[in-house]
Amino acid sequence: MKKLVCLVLCAVLLCGLVSACSSGSKPTLKVYNWGDYIDEAVLDMFEEEYGVEVVYDTYDTNEAMYTNLVSKGDAAGYDVVIPSDYMISKMINEGMLAKIDVSAMENYSLIEDRFKNLGYDPNNEYSVPYMWGTLGILYNTTLVDGPVESWSVLFDENYSGRLFMMDSVRDSIGVALDYLGYSMNSTNDAELAEAEALLKEQKPLVLDYTGDEVKDKMIGGEAALAVVYAGDAITCINENSDLKFAVPVEGSNLFFDAMCVLETSENKELAEQFIDFMCRTDIAEMNRAYINYSSPQTEVVDALPDEIKNDGVQYPASEQIADSEVFVDLGEYVEVYNEIWNRIIFG
Amino acid sequence: MGRLKKKFRLSFVALPYTVYALIFILAPMVLIVVYSLCYQQGGGWELTLKYFEKFFDLSNPMYLRSLWDSVWIAALSTIVCLILGYPMAYILSKMRPSVRGMVSFLFVLPMWMNFLLRTFAWMTLLENTGVINTLLGHIGVGPVQFMYTKGAIVFGNVYNFLPFMILPIYNTIVKLDGMYLEAAGDLGANFSATFRRVIFPLSLPGVVSGVTMTFVPAVTTFIVSRLLGGKNALIGDLIEREFATGNWGFGSAMSVIIMVMILLMMGVMGRYEKEQSASGGLLM
Repeated sequence: MKKLVCLVLCAVLLCGLVSACSSGSKPTLKVYNWGDYIDEAVLDMFEEEYGVEVVYDTYDTNEAMYTNLVSKGDAAGYDVVIPSDYMISKMINEGMLAKIDVSAMENYSLIEDRFKNLGYDPNNEYSVPYMWGTLGILYNTTLVDGPVESWSVLFDENYSGRLFMMDSVRDSIGVALDYLGYSMNSTNDAELAEAEALLKEQKPLVLDYTGDEVKDKMIGGEAALAVVYAGDAITCINENSDLKFAVPVEGSNLFFDAMCVLETSENKELAEQFIDFMCRTDIAEMNRAYINYSSPQTEVVDALPDEIKNDGVQYPASEQIADSEVFVDLGEYVEVYNEIWNRIIFG
Repeated sequence: MGRLKKKFRLSFVALPYTVYALIFILAPMVLIVVYSLCYQQGGGWELTLKYFEKFFDLSNPMYLRSLWDSVWIAALSTIVCLILGYPMAYILSKMRPSVRGMVSFLFVLPMWMNFLLRTFAWMTLLENTGVINTLLGHIGVGPVQFMYTKGAIVFGNVYNFLPFMILPIYNTIVKLDGMYLEAAGDLGANFSATFRRVIFPLSLPGVVSGVTMTFVPAVTTFIVSRLLGGKNALIGDLIEREFATGNWGFGSAMSVIIMVMILLMMGVMGRYEKEQSASGGLLM
C-alpha cells in the first residue's frame, strides 16, 4: 500500500522528467554518492569518453542514503552507490546490491590487496573500494592548549561552546563508546546507556551537530575542535595551516567506502564500466587530489609525494590504526542507536 | 437559466485550479493524515494512535518541549516583526507616492534572492569570526556568541519574514479613508487618540494577516534553525529528520499536530478580527 501510493505519487511527479529523459538516445547512469566526495570533473570525463549521460545526486549519511533507497524503491533509479563498510554488509544482507564481476574490470588489479575481501564483503562480490580513512579530531592550534591526544578534549568544559560534533548516529555514539572503553559496535544496553548519558552531559559544550559545513567553519576558525573524517581534515588543513588532525590514543573508527551496483539498476554493465573507470590511475589520482581521502589504488599511492605518505593522517602506519575498529552492521539493534541519537539532538 | 449558465462557466474556469488543488494540496494532506494514523506491520496496515501517544508522552517530553520552543521562538519573532513592521508600514503609507514606491521596492528587493542564500549570508555576519564580531573586536568588545543560539533563530526569522508583516499592514493603512481621520480631528482627537481609536483598530485586519504570515512560516521553519540555531533544533527539524530517516508515520503525526495547532490559532484570530471590525463599525 505504502509502496503503491508512493509509486503513484512519484509517477505523477516524475512524468515530466521521465519523458524529457527518455526522449534522448544516450544511456543514463545515475550515481548516488556522499556530498562533496568526488571531483565532479571526473563525471564529465566519463560522459565524454563513454558517450553517456551521468545523473549525480548526493547524501549526507549512510542512513539517509539507505532510507531514501528503501522508501523510493525502484523509482529512485540509481545505478551506482558508494556506502561505507557496515552499510554495505547491511545492503548485501537485504539483497539491495547486485553482484559485480571484478574480473572484467581492467583496473581492479590496481587496488591494494589489503583492501580486498574485507569483512563487509568477504569475497569481494559486491563492492570495489573507493576511499578509506579514519575518524578523528580536527583542532585549531591557536585555540587549543597543548596537544590533542584523546577523545577526552571533547568532554572538557574548557572547550565549552567551542566544539562541533558530527550529526551521524554511528560516528558520534561510536566516539562516546570508544572513549568509555567499549566497542564502537556495542550492543550492550548498559554500555549504550552510559554513552547516552555522556553525550547528554556533553551537549551544553557543543555548538552544533554538523555535516559537510563543518569544513568551512573550521577553516574560518569558528571553533577549536571538531570530529571529522581524516580526508576532510586534510582539505581543511590545506586551507588553514593552524589546523591539525589527531587520531585519539583510544583508537578510532576505520572506514572503507566502496562502490556498489544496486540490484534495481537497469544499466549494470555501464555501472561496472563506471566503477572500473573510477579505478583508472589518472582518474583515481584526480579524484584523490580533490577530496583528499586515502586512496586504495596502488599506483596513486606510489606516486604520492613523501610528505603526504608520511604525514600520518592520510596514510597512517599500521600501528597507528591497530586500535581502530571498523563499524559492523548491527541489524535490528541499530534502532536503539537511532533512538538514543534522537534523544541527544532533540532532547 | 442565464445565471445558471454563468455559474457553470465560472466553475469551468476554476477547473484547472480545482484539479491542481485536489492533486497538490488536498491529496498530500490526506496522505499525511493517513500516514499519521496507520502503522505498517508485515504486509498489512492497522489503525493506531501510537504516534500521537509518542508525541504527547509525558514521561519523555522531548517532542512537546521542542514544540514549545518552536512556538515561543516563532511568537517572539512575530512580536519583534510587529514592533519593527507596524511603524514602518505606517511611515511608508504617509510617504509621497513616488518615494513610497521606491521604498517598498527596497523592502521587496531582498526577496528576489533565494531564502536559503539570505540565511547563509546571516551566517557570515553572525559567526565568531564574522563581520559583526570583527567590527566589535576593533572597538574592543566580544567576540559575542551570536551563532548557534535561539536568539540567532529569532534574528533570522525576523529578517526573512519582516516584509510579510509590513506589506499587509501597509496595504490596510494606505486604503484607510482619510475622512475618518478628518472626522477624528474635527471631534478634537489628538494624534495619539486618533491612532489608538481609529487607525489601529481599522488596520487590525492587516495586523492579523501579517501576524499569520509571519508566525506560520516561523513556527514550521527548519532551515533557519538548522543554519543559525546550531544544536537548538525546532519541531520543523524533527519532522524533517523523521521523514529523512524513513519514519513517515511519526513525521506525519507531528505535521498533523502542527497543522491543527495553526488552524486553531487562525480560527481564534479570525474570530477576533471579525469582532473587531464589527465593534469598529459600531464605534464609527
